[in-house]
Amino acid sequence: MASEYTTSEYIKHHLTNARMCTSDDGIVFNKACEDAGFWVWHVDTLGWSIGLGLLFLWLFRSVAKKATTGVPSKTQAFVELVVDFVNENVTSTFHGRSSLIAPLALTIFVWVLLMNLMDLVPVDVLPMIAGAIGEYGFGMDPHDVYMKAVPTTDLNLTFALAIGVFFLIIYYSLKMKGIGGFAKELTMQPFGHWAFIPVNFILETVTLLARPLSLALRLFGNLYASELIFILIATIGLFQLPLHFAWAVFHILVLPLQAFIFMMLTIVYLSLASEDH
Amino acid sequence: MNINATLIGQLIAFAVFVIFCMKYVWPPLMAAIEARQKTIADGLADAERAGKDLELAQEKATAQLREAKQQAAEIIEQAKKRANQLVDEETQRGHAEREKIINQGYAEIEAERNRAKEDLRKQVAALAVVGAERILQREIDAAAQDDIVEKLVAEL
Repeated sequence: MASEYTTSEYIKHHLTNARMCTSDDGIVFNKACEDAGFWVWHVDTLGWSIGLGLLFLWLFRSVAKKATTGVPSKTQAFVELVVDFVNENVTSTFHGRSSLIAPLALTIFVWVLLMNLMDLVPVDVLPMIAGAIGEYGFGMDPHDVYMKAVPTTDLNLTFALAIGVFFLIIYYSLKMKGIGGFAKELTMQPFGHWAFIPVNFILETVTLLARPLSLALRLFGNLYASELIFILIATIGLFQLPLHFAWAVFHILVLPLQAFIFMMLTIVYLSLASEDH
Repeated sequence: MNINATLIGQLIAFAVFVIFCMKYVWPPLMAAIEARQKTIADGLADAERAGKDLELAQEKATAQLREAKQQAAEIIEQAKKRANQLVDEETQRGHAEREKIINQGYAEIEAERNRAKEDLRKQVAALAVVGAERILQREIDAAAQDDIVEKLVAEL
């Protein structure tokens, strides 16, 4: 922890994304973006998430290109282990035929897991590297260089995933039930009488919207809280080491679990959307 | 919480990753896994079939072996029977031969004796003739004639 911060400044610095936006002066960063409204880009979230996504696709694609049906290499065996794990979960939950669900689940699981694992990188390492690059490379004040390296602690990312899943829920509902069937599901449940249509509609809409909202907030909440605790542990001096270790070990369980839950709920929601009642 | 344009960027990235995964990652991996599963399943089925074949072949071999032993036993039995039969036949033939030879011997002895008797009779006749001649040469002694005849008769 850099000694020139107060504790609250330190925490705030760690929880702030690196921002980028356009203004009258061209492309500007961070504090200059405070008035830019919606059109701000979190370059650290985008950079890390896309980088990790590309890492996932590169690893799996390079194995897929060389995939042998005979004795697999160790990398291929590992990749197949992951693929088979996802495939088993998909086939046991989603009973329709779809060429999208399984790759979607694989992408979500591995991508979210990789992003979550950034949580295990000690909280000061990446901000300090970024600060040093900013200071010595671009002559900036390191206090003005931000680096929030865990993309899943950014609501934008978790909502982007959840909204993507939400679009697919709508798409599958319309595809499997038709517009009429979907409208009927929204208005004639749980009370099958015309007088209850407004009540039903309100209830079902809430149910429908609660799904992506809970997906996004669950992942964000878990990861944000765990990151915050890591940062808090980092403020207490020498005793942080055993605490940090214990909290990290605990997250070996939590991080894959959150990725798994996100994947599993996506499959469940999509299978609910594509099943006729 | 600040929702901003990052959301749009992440949505696009998510869509691109899923589509790439769907087109270029999932199908070849799944194809490889399924092909290997099929190979393994075929291999296991082959092994099972080979095991059954082996069992059948062993059963067949055992049955053939048993049959062969039985046949061998029958052949030995037949051979023994045949040998006994041959021995019996030969023994009977031998007995018959012996009987025949003995009978022949008897017949030959009989014939010899008859011939000896005949010879003897001829010699007696010759002796008689010789005796008669001698008697005739000694006509003077009539009484002696009787002696000679008596002697001759006694010699018979």
